[in-house]
Amino acid sequence: MAGNGRFGRETEDPLGDMLRRLREVPRRLGLIAVLVLGGVALYSAYYQVEPDEVGVVTRFGRFVGTTPPGPHIKWPLGIERVQNVPVERQNKQEFGFRTVQAGVRTEFGRDSGTEAESLMLTGDLNVANVEWIVQYKIADPYRYLFKVREVRATLGIMSEAVMREVVGDHSVTELLTVGREAIALQAKESLAALCKRYEMGVDIQQLVLQDVDPPAPVRPSFNDVNEAIQERERAINEAWAEYNQEIPKARGSAEQQVQAAEGYAVERVNRARGDTERFLALQGEYRKAPAVTRTRLYLETLAAVLPKTGRRVIVDDKLRSVLPLLSIGKEVSP
Amino acid sequence: MTRGLIAGIVLIAATVLVSLSTFYTVAESEQVVITEFGKPIGKPVTKPGLHLKWPFIQEARFFDKRWLEWLGDANQVPTRDKKYIWVDVYARWRISDPLRFFQRLRDEMGAQSRIDDIIDGETRNVIANHNLIEVVRSTNRAFAETDEMKDVFEAEAMQSVQLGREKLERMILARASRVMPDYGIELVDVRIHRINYVEAVRAKVYDRMISERKRIADRHRSEGQGESAKIRGKKERELKGIDSEAYRRAQEIMGKADAEAAGIYAAAYGKDAELYRFLRSMETYKTVLDKESWLVLSTDSELLRFLRSSDGR
Repeated sequence: MAGNGRFGRETEDPLGDMLRRLREVPRRLGLIAVLVLGGVALYSAYYQVEPDEVGVVTRFGRFVGTTPPGPHIKWPLGIERVQNVPVERQNKQEFGFRTVQAGVRTEFGRDSGTEAESLMLTGDLNVANVEWIVQYKIADPYRYLFKVREVRATLGIMSEAVMREVVGDHSVTELLTVGREAIALQAKESLAALCKRYEMGVDIQQLVLQDVDPPAPVRPSFNDVNEAIQERERAINEAWAEYNQEIPKARGSAEQQVQAAEGYAVERVNRARGDTERFLALQGEYRKAPAVTRTRLYLETLAAVLPKTGRRVIVDDKLRSVLPLLSIGKEVSP
Repeated sequence: MTRGLIAGIVLIAATVLVSLSTFYTVAESEQVVITEFGKPIGKPVTKPGLHLKWPFIQEARFFDKRWLEWLGDANQVPTRDKKYIWVDVYARWRISDPLRFFQRLRDEMGAQSRIDDIIDGETRNVIANHNLIEVVRSTNRAFAETDEMKDVFEAEAMQSVQLGREKLERMILARASRVMPDYGIELVDVRIHRINYVEAVRAKVYDRMISERKRIADRHRSEGQGESAKIRGKKERELKGIDSEAYRRAQEIMGKADAEAAGIYAAAYGKDAELYRFLRSMETYKTVLDKESWLVLSTDSELLRFLRSSDGR
């Protein structure tokens, strides 16, 4: 009965039942809507700012302030909006090349597009390939967001303009050698000034020249100049080496000559003294008995000389005809 | 009840529609022109925030308030000295009068093409009226010259600059700016961001660069040869100087010694010249006569006179 009654009740008034249920639907729908709306509102009220960012809050489009990193609450449902701007992040742009894959051995890529960036005219109307990087930070998020459209692309073009302006005032030799740092510094300052003028809200941290080369077709001739400089240095060094080798040697031998002369002088004078002393000594004795001494000396000399001579012929001055009789030639020939 | 529900939904929908059409927000980067049936009404709205307008009949048209980019196509332009170069120009501009901008150009697309026309034309005019060096250089700054670089620069590159790149850029800006206000545009900067020789000229420039470098290299080489020759010459001169100085001093020393010796001899031998002559002769015999010598002796001689007779007569 009970089961039947229940069944019966439902079948008794099906239309009323349905109406009753239908009446309950909007009430539930409303509840669901409120819940969903509340959830969305809560969800959209919460936001988070990462450590390297700052949150820029706008209410109905109007800038109201910035918030530091951390969790935050804002007006929900699009009343307030937040844009996170990475102010601490170091941004980098490359010109004339692209880092394909950074790593221990970084790969760089170059193509016709990057060549168009790097090829520029120098002040002496030559052409050079200049590669450089620009590092920057977002210093003023307000300006960065609301003052300039397309900041990154704009900065790229500005950087190219500035670099060409500076390089256009330097010779290719300066660019390749002594002027590198000055050029980088000047370009950085010009770029910073331009950023300020355009209200970019960007702070240029560094501008570093990378590879600076003459264009490929002229590179060998630039290398040849370096070689020529080396050759010049080598030629000069060799000449000096020769000089340093020969001059001290010559000084030594000059000193030797002088010393030898000194030796000769001493010897000469001593000999003279010796000879004369001997002579004077002899002369002293000679004076005492001149004739005898003279004869003695003469005979002694002959005694010493005669045995050494090859042939001796003794003639009597009275026998005048002896000479023709001597067969001299026979005696002489050995 | 059901009718009431439907009416409620309709009411809410209408309210939402009306309020969506009534309220509009202007972002910091935007400005708005209100049009009524397409016709601009009132002053442009530049203040960011929530704003009201008549729903449906009025329409809000949004324009950018920021500095906008314009990048020209590379232009091949001859300079006054007939150098063909590619010139790339960029400009910064903003919509200064959105009302006029809207009336004249409608939108940014229109603006871009109008700026193209104006700046390209002015760039051509300015470049074509100036020498290449004026476009490249900004100042008359003297290049740092090393000694060996002297006379190497082309006369063309050494010309002094009358205006320079920056002034030319400002000239383009000034000329282009004359017409811009009419379009509601403010042009704030025009700059040349790339200049390059056209291919044919570039090949010639490369040739010139090569010959320039060759001259520098040759100069270095001949300088090296010259310098080393100079050092060798110096070496020769010093060698001769050292040698001859040594010779001179040696001769001087020996001469003095000879003189001194001669003095000593003269002083001693002068005392008895006769004896000296005799002694010297005796000495000489000892050295002059050897086994090759023939000696013809007379029995008259001091030595042999006793051969003839014991009394030596």
